[in-house]
Amino acid sequence: MFIKRFLTSSLVVAAAVGSAAYAQAGRDYISIVGSSTVYPFTTTVAEQFGKGGKFKTPKVESSGTGGGIKLFCDGVGAQFPDIANASRAIKPSEVDACTKAGVKDIIEVKIGFDGITIANSKKSPLFKLTRRDLYLALAKTVPDPDNTQSLIANPYKTWNQVNKSLPADKIEVLGPPPTSGTRDAFAELVMDAGCSTFANIKALKDTDEARFKKVCQSVREDGAYIEAGENDNLIVQKLGANPKALGVFGYSFLDANISQIQGSVIDGVPPTFENIASGRYPVSRPLFFYVKKAHIGVIPGINEFLAEYLSPRAMGADGYLAGKGLVPLPAAEQVKVRKAVLGK
Amino acid sequence: MSKSVAETRALVEKSLRRRQWAERRFRAYGLGAVLLGLLFVVVLFTSVFSQGWSAFRQTNLTLEVFYDPAVIDPEGTADADTLAVADYPALVRAALKQRFPDVEGRTATRQLSDLVSSSAANVLQARLTADHSLMGKHETLRFLADDKVDQLLKGRISRDLDEADRALSDQQVQWIDALKHDGVLSLDFNRGFFSNGDSREPEQAGVWGAFVGSLYTLGVTLLLSFPIAVATAIYLEEFARRTRWTDLIEVNINNLAAVPSIVFGLLGLAMFLNIFGMPRSAPLVGGLVLALLTLPTIIIASRAAIKAVPPSIREAALGMGASKLQMVMHHVLPLAMPGMLTGTIIGMARALGETAPLLMIGMVAFIVDVPHSLTAPATVLPVQVFLWSDSPERAFIERTSAAIIVLLVFLVVMNATAVVLRNRFERRW
Repeated sequence: MFIKRFLTSSLVVAAAVGSAAYAQAGRDYISIVGSSTVYPFTTTVAEQFGKGGKFKTPKVESSGTGGGIKLFCDGVGAQFPDIANASRAIKPSEVDACTKAGVKDIIEVKIGFDGITIANSKKSPLFKLTRRDLYLALAKTVPDPDNTQSLIANPYKTWNQVNKSLPADKIEVLGPPPTSGTRDAFAELVMDAGCSTFANIKALKDTDEARFKKVCQSVREDGAYIEAGENDNLIVQKLGANPKALGVFGYSFLDANISQIQGSVIDGVPPTFENIASGRYPVSRPLFFYVKKAHIGVIPGINEFLAEYLSPRAMGADGYLAGKGLVPLPAAEQVKVRKAVLGK
Repeated sequence: MSKSVAETRALVEKSLRRRQWAERRFRAYGLGAVLLGLLFVVVLFTSVFSQGWSAFRQTNLTLEVFYDPAVIDPEGTADADTLAVADYPALVRAALKQRFPDVEGRTATRQLSDLVSSSAANVLQARLTADHSLMGKHETLRFLADDKVDQLLKGRISRDLDEADRALSDQQVQWIDALKHDGVLSLDFNRGFFSNGDSREPEQAGVWGAFVGSLYTLGVTLLLSFPIAVATAIYLEEFARRTRWTDLIEVNINNLAAVPSIVFGLLGLAMFLNIFGMPRSAPLVGGLVLALLTLPTIIIASRAAIKAVPPSIREAALGMGASKLQMVMHHVLPLAMPGMLTGTIIGMARALGETAPLLMIGMVAFIVDVPHSLTAPATVLPVQVFLWSDSPERAFIERTSAAIIVLLVFLVVMNATAVVLRNRFERRW
């Protein structure tokens, strides 16, 4: 009888699958985890590397910087990742966790820069902002305009209240949620800098750093800052539908959607490829990946993968990663990184 | 005496209008709800299909290439190592330059070679490695055009924009028009979309890898969850005595059905990966996690189906001298099977659409190679949709919708199979 046969045969399979305490033997592909910002670049290199034909295409997971480093630091062995992408440098606490789990030698590789852009639809005029404007527009508490010594809940509703030269539109900014590496960088590079333009808050940094961080990095929750999820493409689409809003995301999304959106000028510098590469654009951060030294020579192809990633045809000024929106390192620094990592 | 007939009649007629009106209103609400639901479905489908249909066609560029020995193998050694590292993109560049001989300078040459997908060089390499006799010969081949060329021809990149605002330069648009005029640019059925794995280049990206991953994952899920769930349901309904323990189990099963899926992902991470040491990103683990997720749904549906079998059938079977096992296997199970299959399909459909638990076990990943075993790294269709929707390249927008179409078709086929199976087993009394 059909049903009976099906039931018994699938029970047998189920038992076989279920009871097999599957021990993972060696792995013949590179396993990469980490930042969703670095993901587009690492995947491009991984694909090129796989097409070379000698090794399998590495597997690249998009798990976020923090989650990726945690997985990376879990231990040494084929079941743990070989490389972690990061949109910030590894923290000392993470290095400690790594060491505790036996991951002692970690190679840090800096691959380039990412600019964080504050953009709006081309249907609206271009914004010329300072980091102070952004802080005043987005912080939860701001210095009282009458008496800058005391802090009040953010009273600003429109941009021209923040700065007379800005339009009289409602403040509405779509940006990443606190779990995102982009948000960390935005808090550090924009909010901290903007809030340090007030002398008394800046003084806090030396006396009470925790309070300084709280004052500067707390973002208002009254609807002016809208958390738009980790999906940067969604923010770009929403900007098209709502020309009055600004969006916060990585440079590669501005680059790919330049026909619809424009990047605001920050502190007098527009977010262009050249300005980010030269470091003139103030809101940019370096991107990294970390390699587990103990896995080199055990998992096939790691050295060759590093050679491909660091080659001029990948991360060089005219390399294919530049075409994907990565802002490359200056030529001299590239040579230095290559020498440090590959020894040549 | 009771009220007169006329009085009663007047009373009924008075309320009749109101009651009929209430019924009409209720029907209108119901109809309105159905229409609203249909409207949402229509809007969803139109938006997905209008965005996605164009991804099923892809621009190709026909070029005549010359396998130039001076470029590939200047020393004439013809050994595999030389062929593996040769400069194949140079052949593609040369073929393009042959069409536009007056292109000079680095930038212009670069812009020109950007019109062809980077896969062209891989095609040439594969052909030459397979057949050494091609060396020194001419061959006319069809290559994938770059995604931007494709988008321009499909009208998704506007020609009216300023050059600075457009992904293609004016010069490139001119070249594309010239190529189109010569008839070497053609829009064809996009076979790569149904045979390739993921790629960072939109024109080379396909859903086959994710499709196979979904098949493997759901296969494991079905083989595990269906028999376990059916056995559980039969035992609880037909054999177990009602005690405090079975009550407890029942409450727990009902609760499990409502647990958010990410929790099952965490469980999978802790149990299958960390304790059993199974590989990350494998369809085997994905299937196990999704089986846990679908088990409660199928158990609940199966129990309801068993309960719906009339007791007279059981009594008749037992009365004829059948054992309890025979009664269940020969009578109850076949009658309950249609209901069980419906429950299974609902569970599997939910499993097909899950991404959250798979994130924890590493299946949200960039995987180029099509998986070929249960332990090879793989991803699934909804994850592919998610990853593409987050890619900056504009050409991925249509591909995201196209992947959704494939997912919907998968779902429809699965449901249709269930309906066919159900009709085969359906018994009426």
